[in-house]
Amino acid sequence: MSRPSNRVLGTILIAAAAFGGTFLDAARQRIAHEPALQHTEALVERLRLSDIALFTEARYTRHLSQADLHSAFQDHPVALEHFPSGSMLPPPQTLLKRHEPLDREAAPSD
Amino acid sequence: MNRWIEKQRHLIDFTANSLARRKARSLGLLVVYTLLVFVLASVSLYTHALRNEATRVLAGTPEIVLQRLIAGRHDLIPPGYMDSVGRLRGVQKIEGRLWGYYYDSVMKANYTFMVPTDRTVADGEIIVGPALERSRGLAAGNGISFRSYSGELHTFIITEVLPHESELVSADLVLMSEADFRRFFTYPEGQYTDIALWVANPREVRNVGLKLMEKLPDSRPILREEVLRTYASIFDWREGMMLALLSAAILAFGIFAWEKAAGLSAEEKREIGILKAIGWETGDVIAMKFWEGLLISLLAFLLGYVAAYIHVFHGNFALLQPVLKGWAVLYPSFSLTPKIDGLQVATLFLFTVLPYTAATLVPIWSAATTDPDTVMRG
Repeated sequence: MSRPSNRVLGTILIAAAAFGGTFLDAARQRIAHEPALQHTEALVERLRLSDIALFTEARYTRHLSQADLHSAFQDHPVALEHFPSGSMLPPPQTLLKRHEPLDREAAPSD
Repeated sequence: MNRWIEKQRHLIDFTANSLARRKARSLGLLVVYTLLVFVLASVSLYTHALRNEATRVLAGTPEIVLQRLIAGRHDLIPPGYMDSVGRLRGVQKIEGRLWGYYYDSVMKANYTFMVPTDRTVADGEIIVGPALERSRGLAAGNGISFRSYSGELHTFIITEVLPHESELVSADLVLMSEADFRRFFTYPEGQYTDIALWVANPREVRNVGLKLMEKLPDSRPILREEVLRTYASIFDWREGMMLALLSAAILAFGIFAWEKAAGLSAEEKREIGILKAIGWETGDVIAMKFWEGLLISLLAFLLGYVAAYIHVFHGNFALLQPVLKGWAVLYPSFSLTPKIDGLQVATLFLFTVLPYTAATLVPIWSAATTDPDTVMRG
């Protein structure tokens, strides 16, 4: 092991083994987390939840999927969206793409 | 073949010794490189796992949630509205949901108050989410008072805390009885926040949505598919502030690596000149430099990635969490289920290892193909 190449390749090999280890650990954790995920799924279904509680700071970030398209800007016209988590969310073009254009397809009511 | 391997090993020996001679520079490069891979991999592992977890747990969300809008704002569902929805063909089940927000001035946090449909909560009692339990130091059996919007103080007894394992969806929930909810918010009798409905044939969901829009033009149906799409696109890793900030770091590293890799120092030029003078071929010099680039970038990638994995899935994304938390006071504490996207890892590998290795080769090529005497004289 005195050759420098042995030391270098040995280090790379150990790092590669650790890299492979992350995939094994991921598989182990996926199995371990499965019951909790199932419970969460069941809770969502039972309580009729629609969103994850990741950003609790504002209405439109707490219930992202329920917020209407302009709720982030509705405080007054041309209001700037001011909650930090808003900047973590995709920009309006994506917002528009996410919503089904049902309103454009529906026939006008009499 | 053995001869070839032995030759490459000798080249690696030489490269390792040459790197060891410039210890501070080589180590500095490795550390900066590893850090960059670490940050990029942390963001990409976290967002991918979160997206996956969100779409997985939200698969059971109602097929359609129907809101009513007045002047562009969400409004209450009036009595009679439910009946006209229920009469639509294809609608299998319909439920009025009662939920709303409450700002707690003690904690400066927003809670989601909700009336559960799967259980009966007795009047005067509530079930709270785990983040509430943690932040207000509550436990089952404790009492808590909330000042309602009409100014009255309402006291509730906590009978249960929702399980910690489901914190991602239930952190800020407060479940209470319908009577309490209506009393607390002075919510008009017979009105609901929105309507959850289920469709008999899953393929008819869009059609039912269209029919709802036609029949009730002031309504806004939100399909389950939309909810899932919202969460599939959230934190798209090419978007968002974190990566915008990171792009400056990536650029800085790019300049640093280019400078290091592309600009040969006088010492390196002399080294190449000497190697060529003592009989090394151009191919050998290039192979030696190729090994240098590959070993540094590969080691940086592996170390950075492993550190990022540990950070995200064993360290709860601790270093970058303040960015995600924003102004939220109540934040769910959850450990994500590792879901690694092979393509994402491969992309990260290609974008970190290849450019650096390639950048080391270009200047070497020009130096190694010129006359040793010219190279040594600089």
